Amino acid sequence: MFTQTKTLSLRDRVLRSPLVDLLTGPHGVDRYTELVEPTWTLGDCRAKVVEVCRQTPRSVTLILEPNAAFAAGPALRAGQHVNLTVEVDGRRQTRCYSPANAEGDRLVELTVGVHDAGVVSRHLFRNARPGMVVGLDVVGGDFTLPTQRPRNILFVSGGSGITPVLSMVRTLVREGSDGDVTFIHYARTPEEACYRAELGALRGVRVLHGYSREADAGDLTGYFGPEHVADAPAPDAVYVCGPPALVDAVRAHYPDASFESFVPPVFEVPAEASGGTVAFADSGVEVTDDGRSLLEQAEAAGLSPQSGCRMGICHTCTRRKTSGAVKNRITGAVSAADEEDVQICVSVPVGDVELAL
Amino acid sequence: MTAMLEKPTADIEADVADILPEPVRQAITKVVGGKPVTMTPEMADAFGAELDALRERVVADLGERDATYIRRVIKAQRALEVGGRAMLFAGILPPAWIAGTAMLAASKILDNMEIGHNIMHGQYDWMGDPALAGRNFEWDSACPSDQWRHSHNYMHHTYTNIVDMDRDIGYGILRMSEDQRWTPYYYGNPVYAFLLMVLFQYGVALHELETERIRSGEISIADKRETLKGIWGKVKRQTLKDYVAFPLLAGPFAPWVFTGNLTANLIRNIWSYAIIFCGHFPDGTQEFTKEETANETRGMWYFRQILGSANLTGGKLFHVMSGNLSFQIEHHLFPDIPAFRHAEISQEVQEICERYGIPYNKGPLPQQFATVVRKICKLALPWN
Repeated sequence: MFTQTKTLSLRDRVLRSPLVDLLTGPHGVDRYTELVEPTWTLGDCRAKVVEVCRQTPRSVTLILEPNAAFAAGPALRAGQHVNLTVEVDGRRQTRCYSPANAEGDRLVELTVGVHDAGVVSRHLFRNARPGMVVGLDVVGGDFTLPTQRPRNILFVSGGSGITPVLSMVRTLVREGSDGDVTFIHYARTPEEACYRAELGALRGVRVLHGYSREADAGDLTGYFGPEHVADAPAPDAVYVCGPPALVDAVRAHYPDASFESFVPPVFEVPAEASGGTVAFADSGVEVTDDGRSLLEQAEAAGLSPQSGCRMGICHTCTRRKTSGAVKNRITGAVSAADEEDVQICVSVPVGDVELAL
Repeated sequence: MTAMLEKPTADIEADVADILPEPVRQAITKVVGGKPVTMTPEMADAFGAELDALRERVVADLGERDATYIRRVIKAQRALEVGGRAMLFAGILPPAWIAGTAMLAASKILDNMEIGHNIMHGQYDWMGDPALAGRNFEWDSACPSDQWRHSHNYMHHTYTNIVDMDRDIGYGILRMSEDQRWTPYYYGNPVYAFLLMVLFQYGVALHELETERIRSGEISIADKRETLKGIWGKVKRQTLKDYVAFPLLAGPFAPWVFTGNLTANLIRNIWSYAIIFCGHFPDGTQEFTKEETANETRGMWYFRQILGSANLTGGKLFHVMSGNLSFQIEHHLFPDIPAFRHAEISQEVQEICERYGIPYNKGPLPQQFATVVRKICKLALPWN
């Protein structure tokens, strides 16, 4: 073990040395090692898919083995999220997911619910297989258990919101918590409820299922309400993750509940420029969209971003759009996903936009 | 950075701004190979719309195929590079030296042309991969990529072949157009051209320095401090890598590594010079005046790009090794679509040009290059 660590760090020291940087310049050592093995990168956090299962007809579960760069980064705590990056038809797509594995696990487990219009979720459902390499970065998040674990805890989750909550429950079970843990999970039908078998086998956790489309099949009927927790002891802490309606219902009953809500990405883009807010994040400037190009609006706001031809050919003005949708006036193409590069001289906002500028 | 890049061209940009009011809709006539070629504003609109539609079709089709292609080229380049450098370590054996040098030269050519030049045009920006992003990419050449992006992507591609605006007409050293006023300095035209060829990567690196404006006293070297610093930083690292670090690593075999690297760089210089000079200087390519192009429409802009560029004919390997700059015309029409697509649309572009009576300049490398050499020698003389 000792020798192994020593050789690893020696290899690391060599690869990170200024000499290797010079010899592999200007591209850098990662651009060579990744061609031998895609996860051999010092700078890019990546992971290899080692196992894939489709527990339900509308989800896919991936077991990921992260590379050394990921392991060297901030440790992932139960309930936090990661950014998963995949390439679909040549285009890089990044989505945020909460792993379901217990804190401290070497392997990262993601369960992705499939949306009908979801580019990434459908791609993963169809094409994920062992050996596939993905980008994986720790994002963090505050939806976590305190270091001093509460004794009586109520967990509530809906749909694919189960993953961060399951991560916390698995962590507590592994730690041998002797507190009183109740876990309520809502799904549309028993077939669509992820981790049903595993939850049934959890020891020391009271698990209750509710099914919105097959009321009789579960332990609970209808949407969340006080009657669903009538039998449970008053909790010291409540964690809820799921669709906004579920989060609202739980918080109405437990105002102090920790919560995380998720909304599937919006794919509809309004047809006309909207008077939305254009935020030039790096400069701390915000303007109201007046329909002109992002470049013209930035200049009107007193900024002087680099630009060239102003007709969409030279790519001097390309900037990272961190969120929001923009439309390319030349091609008509709409960029709606977060973290995409856009040519600001020919792009107009479609609603609120945030730009790294 | 922004300030540094804007400075050298500030006056040119001001010129453009001054003459930027409503587009003037005027016809342009050029005499190509003795025959007049006229483009009326109405024709230009229809012509531009056809080319826009063609571009749109290609852009809509971008995907996996393009990603796979560029990654395959990169993989081949890195393999050639690693293999070539390894082979040169055994360069004391002549076959190993020759093979190693050839592989390293091929790797540098691929890196600079099909990979670097094309990625830096933003041809693969749509992929969203930071390693293939035009604004981050750095190439295995003495020229700092950020300076290149300004002088090439913006100045050269926007103002292609407009005399006094496109500094690629002669690179501030050569007389490549009759519209450039002759001075006795130009007696040396063929000599400068030869030196530029063998030292091409350094010529490209110094391009943004605008030495002709320093020579004329218009600006001082102090104005170019930032530019110089960028060039020095890049040249230093490239020199250390090829001429110090790799030779030293080879220990007693240092001389073979050194000469191999030197030869590989020289081969890359000559090859890229030949391809690039055949892009805009062969017989028949047209130059334009500022007045002619003051307020051109997109259609007229396309017209200028075609008349100002020339293609090279050849096989598939030739096109890859020329970074598909052998499809210079298509490259100048659509500089930001993946270059191997230029080959695919070339037939269609030719067909469109034919319908509008626009000459489409193409020929094999030896023939095109011969006309370039002739032009270089001819323009050295005052009566030409």
